[in-house]
Amino acid sequence: MQNDFIRIQEADFDLTTEVTTLRKDDPRVGAVVTFVGTVRDLNDGSQVKGMTLEHYPGMTEKSLEEIITQARGRWDIYKTLVIHRVGLLMPEDQIVLVAVTSAHRGEAFAACEFIMDYLKTAAPFWKKEDTPEGARWVDARVTDDTAMARWNL
Amino acid sequence: MKIQLRFFASLREGLGIAEESITAPEPVKTIADLRGYLIERGNPWSEVLASKKVIRCALNQEMVKESTLLLEGAEVAFFPPVTGG
Repeated sequence: MQNDFIRIQEADFDLTTEVTTLRKDDPRVGAVVTFVGTVRDLNDGSQVKGMTLEHYPGMTEKSLEEIITQARGRWDIYKTLVIHRVGLLMPEDQIVLVAVTSAHRGEAFAACEFIMDYLKTAAPFWKKEDTPEGARWVDARVTDDTAMARWNL
Repeated sequence: MKIQLRFFASLREGLGIAEESITAPEPVKTIADLRGYLIERGNPWSEVLASKKVIRCALNQEMVKESTLLLEGAEVAFFPPVTGG
């Protein structure tokens, strides 16, 4: 049985559909934790009209598999799902979904947060924002590295 | 040594190419050596890959340190720190 699902896609996703599919026919599950990241209309003091997400096909999937392997080594979780969109996105659009199922909420919460923190520092995605001052590549945030450091990898 | 180079995001834009096959000369043994070798090409390479810039690298699609030894026929990617999620 496949337990880990990774999808890189341009298309949007529906949270309810994804969660329903992830926990279908799995009565062991007592907790589902999901995280959805969305596009904000403001970043670093500039209006964001839209953004383009680029990635490194092949490496992206491998790095996400590695992240999930690490999470499985730390917490007792059943299934994981990561969907990350690429291409052109607008403010309020969904960018990323991380979902984790487990018997108990503690494991699912921790694993979901870990996967998200790790993704932000290790998965090869890059954002280019369209602002009134022109297009610009988003700089990596120190706060993301700080969030990752908490997990003592 | 034959190397398949890949560039992403701002590095790809700055260099004007996404990939290139090269044969690196004998003294080039690590990814850091390779970066130095490319910088010697002059602009835009010297500017985009400048040693003062924080650049991440991957060997065969795995993030590695610059001190990592190259492998014959490897795919080596250079890119800025990631900004997904």
